[in-house]
Amino acid sequence: MNPINFIVALSAILFAIGVLGVLTRRNAILIFMSVELMLNAANLAFVAFARKWGELDGQMFVFFVMTVAAAEVAVGLALIVTIFRTRRSTDVDDLSQLKG
Amino acid sequence: MAIKDLLTVTAPAICAVGGTLLLLLDLAIPRGSKSTTAWAAFAVILLALASVPAQWGVSTSGFAGMVAADGYSLFVDGLLAVIAALTVLLTLRYNEARGIMRGEFYPLMLFALSGMMLMGHATNLIIVFIAVELLSIPLYVLCGFARPRVDSEESALKYFLLGAFASGFLVYGIALIYGAAGTVSLTELTAALSGPKPADSALLYAGVALVLVGLGFKVAAAPFHMWTPDVYEGAPTTVTAFMASATKAAGFAAILRIFLFGLAPLMETWQAPIAVLALLSMIVGNVVALAQTNLKRMLAYSSIAHAGYVLTGVAAGGDAGASAVLFYLASYALTSLAAFAVMIALNSGEADENHSLDTYAGLGRRKPLLAFVLAVSMLSLLGIPPTAGFFGKYFLISAAIGSGLTWLAIALVITSVISAGFYLRVIMTMYMRDGKNEAPIAGNWPRAFAALTATVATLGIGILASPIVELINTGIKSIVR
Amino acid sequence: MTMDLQIILPVLFPLVGVLVNSFFGRRLGERGSGVFASLMVALSFGASVLLLRQLSAQPHTEGAHGLASQLFPWIQVGTLSVPFGFQVDQLSILLMLIITGVGLLIHIYATGYMHNDERFPRFFVFLNLFISSMLVLVMGDSFLMMFVGWELVGLCSYLLIGFWFSEIKNSEAGRKAFVVNRIGDVAFVLGILLIFTTFGSLSYTEVFKAVEERGAEVAAAVGTITLLLFIGATGKSAQLPLMVWLPDAMAGPTPVSALIHAATMVTAGIYMMARSHVMFELAPTTQTVVGVVGGLTALVAGVIALTQWDIKKVLAYSTVSQLGFMVAACGVGAYTAAVFHLLTHAFFKALLFLGSGSVIHGIEHNPKTATHATGGHGGGHHQGIDPQDMRNMGGLKSRMKITFITYLIGGLALAGVPPLAGFWSKDEILVSASQSNSLVFWLLAVTAVLTAFYTMRQIRLVFFGEPRSREAWHTIESGPQMTIPLVILAVFSVVGGVVINWPFEAILPAHALSHWLEPVLGKLEVAHFDFGMAGIFSLLAIVAMAAAYFMYKRSYNETVKQEPLEKLGPLYALSSNKFYLDDIYRVLVVIPFHGFATVFAQVIDKNGIDAVVNGIGGAVRNASLVLREIQTGFVRSYGLVMLLGVAVLVAWFVFTR
Repeated sequence: MNPINFIVALSAILFAIGVLGVLTRRNAILIFMSVELMLNAANLAFVAFARKWGELDGQMFVFFVMTVAAAEVAVGLALIVTIFRTRRSTDVDDLSQLKG
Repeated sequence: MAIKDLLTVTAPAICAVGGTLLLLLDLAIPRGSKSTTAWAAFAVILLALASVPAQWGVSTSGFAGMVAADGYSLFVDGLLAVIAALTVLLTLRYNEARGIMRGEFYPLMLFALSGMMLMGHATNLIIVFIAVELLSIPLYVLCGFARPRVDSEESALKYFLLGAFASGFLVYGIALIYGAAGTVSLTELTAALSGPKPADSALLYAGVALVLVGLGFKVAAAPFHMWTPDVYEGAPTTVTAFMASATKAAGFAAILRIFLFGLAPLMETWQAPIAVLALLSMIVGNVVALAQTNLKRMLAYSSIAHAGYVLTGVAAGGDAGASAVLFYLASYALTSLAAFAVMIALNSGEADENHSLDTYAGLGRRKPLLAFVLAVSMLSLLGIPPTAGFFGKYFLISAAIGSGLTWLAIALVITSVISAGFYLRVIMTMYMRDGKNEAPIAGNWPRAFAALTATVATLGIGILASPIVELINTGIKSIVR
Repeated sequence: MTMDLQIILPVLFPLVGVLVNSFFGRRLGERGSGVFASLMVALSFGASVLLLRQLSAQPHTEGAHGLASQLFPWIQVGTLSVPFGFQVDQLSILLMLIITGVGLLIHIYATGYMHNDERFPRFFVFLNLFISSMLVLVMGDSFLMMFVGWELVGLCSYLLIGFWFSEIKNSEAGRKAFVVNRIGDVAFVLGILLIFTTFGSLSYTEVFKAVEERGAEVAAAVGTITLLLFIGATGKSAQLPLMVWLPDAMAGPTPVSALIHAATMVTAGIYMMARSHVMFELAPTTQTVVGVVGGLTALVAGVIALTQWDIKKVLAYSTVSQLGFMVAACGVGAYTAAVFHLLTHAFFKALLFLGSGSVIHGIEHNPKTATHATGGHGGGHHQGIDPQDMRNMGGLKSRMKITFITYLIGGLALAGVPPLAGFWSKDEILVSASQSNSLVFWLLAVTAVLTAFYTMRQIRLVFFGEPRSREAWHTIESGPQMTIPLVILAVFSVVGGVVINWPFEAILPAHALSHWLEPVLGKLEVAHFDFGMAGIFSLLAIVAMAAAYFMYKRSYNETVKQEPLEKLGPLYALSSNKFYLDDIYRVLVVIPFHGFATVFAQVIDKNGIDAVVNGIGGAVRNASLVLREIQTGFVRSYGLVMLLGVAVLVAWFVFTR
């Protein structure tokens, strides 16, 4: 098996762990970390595929994704902190007033 | 980076630069007079809008083929700029009454607008990803702008977590496409896919599916719609208005460019799943809307249904489908903006925000003009002639039939009939019930102007559809493929 | 352009009325808004008359398209071309004259009838909007334009039935009309879609040309199209099995019943079939279905009308029955006869409804017994008697002279007594039916006799004998705004038939209507006047009326109160229970959905949301409540739904590649 495929498989596993984390965690920060794991799994895939095609494009995309993820972290943590201030909790199941 | 490249993204660039400058300028504006910031943002948007006719007719690529400036993207720019400009007018009184007249609101809007516009320009999937994030991140903040109001915070966090989740799928999908095809440029993808199938076609198709998920989330298509009602209800109404009309248009702008043009060779594969998403959205949106007693939440479900209608046009494919989709987006955006304008007008007073349908009883007598605006909007959403919504649906139906999706067209008709149950209920409530809500509604010229513009456009597009359709078709002809 | 403007004028005038009254109605006051609205309809009528003159000056050949005006290309994209076009031809001009003419009289009448209603201007907004929409329906030059009008008149009807919304039964009637009409509309839209897919166009001219050219090749498609269109017509024109909404719709104000639910909107189905007769003629199966459904509806509604006590309900069922006559006429190919009956029926049924309104108004608002000085009708504030129940009437002959005489004329016209209007048109339908379908003929023949009977039963109960209530004692004649329209309509009900389609070659031109309509409906075989049949039916009508008069004179007066028809036993039960139609619907539709609803309400909805169910609407509503429960408010469950979507979508893409 081509070694690149191992890396891709690893990225798929990481992605799956991220997805499961989002669905099973109740703490907003942990959910958010799981999302980051999903994004980084994609980064890993980009790097692996860049190697497969023997070009740099894929590695360049990683920088785009990382930048965007950083922005998302800034905004996301700020939101979570704000909510923690008013509610003293980061449990997402407490946030279920809006429904129906 | 040459000037030539920058010119291909004139309108998004104007908004981004304008937003940055406004952020600095805002520091100098005293707290009590933040409407100055609003008017400054309005001016920036008008500038971006003015760039559209100035550039009309170009068809070029820039930044090494990552973005394009063509009639298609310019039409989307213009539409989004009009929506944003009208939204700014709606915010003036409302934001003050709700205590959210803060300077950051408008730069954030401009950044989001810049991302939305970029969606129409992107000819590379990675740019699509950046545009999605550029529009989403400011919107997350805007949704939570009414903090410490609990529902606003809840809305922001839900949107953020689910939005980030969806972005994860989107970016992973892009990675898979890159792995299978070796490129994420739409033009190169078209060329690569026109030939024999690539060896890793499973990767490719999984990637395409994930990209569809990421964008389907943004346009609130079922089953990726769950966030919509909660987020729409909790967010400040001005933000909801902006999201409902502009985000949807931007999301579909990207979907069209990716699926109808970039991935056109794969149409056989994506047509059926998209048609099913359309069906699901129409059913879920319209059926659940029937049980709503809160107008804001009802419109959220209605927006899911309308995503389904538009997806019908996407599934139809081809230039006819694209033209029908763009027409529908324009008519839907303006129509729903008119409805939100009325909701904003009713909630710009001293009292707490309340969107219960009961508060609209007797509006026909109390405020005939507002009631008229809302009534026209409801009729257009329902698709009663001669409003814009009627023609929108007409084009979608004929596009769907034209490409053999007759069953989907019939589903569209039947679900529209169901939707009469809640749209007409709004009209009946306004005109046929006596209301207890006698809270005064102060007049406000910018808001009235925005509401009337949206209503006149709703009726005008209905009566004079041809010029708009011609504009759209010219735009589509000049698209960079 | 002047021609274009002239064609669109009849539509524009009432629209001006809508705008002016909706924004300045309160400032204009009751008098101002009523007069303005009526004036706009009068101008619209005038414009229609001018168009009639121009049309008569045109060469009168088959296939001529009358006056057409494509105001502007509404949509012009590639092969798709939908002009915003109106056409005035020999068929549409007749309906325009009826809509604006009868509409004008009813507007004038309503200024009196709606006097002191607190939402007076709004009523006229809706009424004017209705006139415009109805004109769009008949003047459009494509199925699309017809659909535009079709939807708008439905909306107006829905709004006006529930006009006095404070009474629950009125808003329920509105909802019933709404749900039932939706069923018909779905079929209608599907029919139009199918026309578009088959012929690639929606314009009448192009579609009908294509039908004629391609003939047998498209016969199968045309069969489906006509069937779908006909289902649409059964909704709007209240035919079996969708007839149940119209009698309930009489909950609306009486001028509305007269204008929308008797004279104009409900005939839209007939107009549609006459307009697309080219297609119907190519579909013999549909033709048979149309004929039989029309005949059955006529008979069933006629039987139900025999035993009703509500003065407006009798007229409502009579309307359904007469619409059945027209539909049956279309079914046997006698389109001219159908249009002829549509015209005469518009006169005498509008007259009868307005007369009944005058009676109700008189009983409700007479100075001696009125408990309230102001306020409208139907507000649920009559402590006394039901003003629409004929058991409380009687003896109004001497108290409301004009109303009585005009009502009698209308009744005789309806019963088909020569030489009044209804006689000629009904005779033409019967003759045509006897020549082509004996089943339809016999259904209609029996109905004709029943019609005469229930008409006289009603006249006897309302006007003759002695008053059977205090209110009836003190009733006085209505004001001139209400009686003048009655007189005018009475004149038309007398001479209308003779003038419009006199069947003999003497004095007047023979078969004026048939020849007039030739360019649109083609040269149909003119039904010859059959003296034998006409004589028999006139005689039967007179005998039936005499029987009704004497039966009710003897058994239903101020001392004896015995419904003579009760002796018929099960037949009476069938009739007075309206053929159990509402119950059948309840068993077949409402109860199953109600069960569905209760189960879900108990299983899923612990709060016990009141599972009030209303037919099909209720089913969708319950689905709605169920789906709502999925929206739990928990982020992670939303994520889970998304993930399921992702899994299905990815699997689908990967496995169908």
